[in-house]
Amino acid sequence: MTTSTATSTPILEARGLVKTFGHVVGLAGVDLELHAGEVLAIIGDNGAGKSTLIKCLSGAYTPDAGQILVEGRPVEFHRPDDARRAGIETVYQTLAVSPALDIASNLFLGREQRLPGVRGSVFRMLDKKGMRDRAKQQVEDLGISTLQSMTQAVENLSGGQRQAVAVARAAAFGSKVVILDEPTAALGVRESAQVLQLVRDLRDQGMPVILISHDMPQVFEVADRIQIQRLGRRAAVITPQTHTPQEAVAIMTGAMVVT
Amino acid sequence: MTTEPQDTALVDHPLEVLTDAGLTQPPSPLDRVRTVLHRYPALSPALVLILSMIAFGLLNDRFLSTANLSLVVQQVAVIGALAIGQTLIVLTAGIDLSVGAAMILSTLVAAGVATDHGWPGPLALFAALVIGVATGVINGVLVTRLNLPPFIVTLGTFNVFTAVALLYSDGATTRGIEMPGLLTWTGKSFTVGGAQITYGVVLMILLYVAVAFALSQTSWGRHVYAVGDDSESARLSGIHVTRVILSVYVTAGALFAAAGWILMGRVNAASPNAGVDANLDSITAVVIGGTSLFGGRGALWGSLIGALIVGVFRNGLSLAGYDPLYQTLAVGVLVIVAVSVDQWIRKARA
Ligand SMILES: Nc1ncnc2c1ncn2[C@@H]1O[C@H](COP(=O)(O)OP(=O)(O)OP(=O)(O)O)[C@@H](O)[C@H]1O
Ligand SMILES: [Mg+2]
Repeated sequence: MTTSTATSTPILEARGLVKTFGHVVGLAGVDLELHAGEVLAIIGDNGAGKSTLIKCLSGAYTPDAGQILVEGRPVEFHRPDDARRAGIETVYQTLAVSPALDIASNLFLGREQRLPGVRGSVFRMLDKKGMRDRAKQQVEDLGISTLQSMTQAVENLSGGQRQAVAVARAAAFGSKVVILDEPTAALGVRESAQVLQLVRDLRDQGMPVILISHDMPQVFEVADRIQIQRLGRRAAVITPQTHTPQEAVAIMTGAMVVT
Repeated sequence: MTTEPQDTALVDHPLEVLTDAGLTQPPSPLDRVRTVLHRYPALSPALVLILSMIAFGLLNDRFLSTANLSLVVQQVAVIGALAIGQTLIVLTAGIDLSVGAAMILSTLVAAGVATDHGWPGPLALFAALVIGVATGVINGVLVTRLNLPPFIVTLGTFNVFTAVALLYSDGATTRGIEMPGLLTWTGKSFTVGGAQITYGVVLMILLYVAVAFALSQTSWGRHVYAVGDDSESARLSGIHVTRVILSVYVTAGALFAAAGWILMGRVNAASPNAGVDANLDSITAVVIGGTSLFGGRGALWGSLIGALIVGVFRNGLSLAGYDPLYQTLAVGVLVIVAVSVDQWIRKARA
């Protein structure tokens, strides 16, 4: 998979991304290529710039310098909505769900569906039932079994269930790329396995996935390629076939340098 | 985020049985009450309204008479209308201290252009609407573009609007008979089953219906809640947060002008001295009505109920022969109780 896709145009590409926060350097010129139908894992120590990198790709941050390309075309994301319109869906580390709204409202937040006819076009009425039904269907299709009633307020859910809401939203609406920033951090063993299966399913449908995780076995199990971030830079890109988890950790911590 | 250990014993069960994440302990009755109040924010103010009406009815038989109740509603119409715009702003986790000043400015401009420049009624009303919208644009732009806290912005614009209103009118009151009839039309009334109802009251209720519809049935309404709930999450979810907030202040400004129209009918004049307490009274109505000052939680109808509670307490205490100071005292206590209840309800989140 890695060798065959290496030559084609990446679905999503970043070149020389720089992002600083005052004196703190989040990204010091980072490249990234994501190819069709692959799972690219991003690993690195806390503060290595993983979240900052994907926030630039999702429009949450505007990079100070560098370029982002979607299917070879340069794009500029000024806000998250721009990236969503380009087909890039993201599960943020902070989840970015609205606590007081229910599950269905959260899934459709920012892309609500209206009723047909004048009720929708003139009175702008939401198709609440339709969205509820579709939300239920999507959650079922994705094999997420932890969410029951779509009318439950998200604030009443457990941490793992909230994470499931965020993952379901991204997986259901992503049309080009799905980005997951530590999507299994609050999950139990079984739910983690479900999310990993979801990642594989997405890949098998041809959807490329960026997965940030601190869980080495998980990363080596699911990733096609692994990008290692260190101190705001890309230290290396490896594959589970060419490197061991121990070597990956060594690169992450700077104990081993890849040339 | 929960840190409770995940149930590893479930690992060898089939996928479908895993439905337990979350609820482990059965909720206590108090928790259940809190959850219900959390879900229906207008419920506790509605109970307070009903109980206080029964209490004042027992204190004085005239209180529950149709004539007296329709008087209460008329007295409440202006604050009730202002509370609509105030609710929208509070739902976005903002606050508007300039509502009364914006309302009075719009009435003075309407009266001014009508009497000094001979503008016909509809045009004068339109001028008032433009002024209301302009005050909303000013507040909204300062809050969103300059990123200033709404409290500070509207404290400033409260003074600015008040000063402009006094400068424009020379501090003079325009009496109802000097103005086109349309400007005070909201004070006219009709009778239904012995109850006197002004057109101002009807207008207020229509505004409630329209805005409540927009809040509960449209994506705009949902975005208002989402922005007030957690603005960064809303932004990451693709909502244009500044656009939503700006739209809220502008809509509120238009609503304040409508409240001004009701005010002109109520006092049969356009006066810089009318409704000086309106700023705080509108916030009082919203808070007593169960809308959280932290944003994202509340129901519009609660604010009407809140305004009615204040009206019922004032009217009921005065009918029962208490010194007006007790009205002020009672309203103060109500506000503090309402905010405490809100704090308690918000803990249902955790
Ligand atoms: N909004 C911000 N303001 C200031 N500094 C920030 C901000 N976001 C990130 N940083 C800084 O940028 C650096 C990279 O942070 P980032 O969140 O990208 O790390 P990470 O690799 O995702 O870490 P973790 O594994 O803990 O999630 C850190 O030093 C962090 O303090
Ligand atoms: Mg991170």
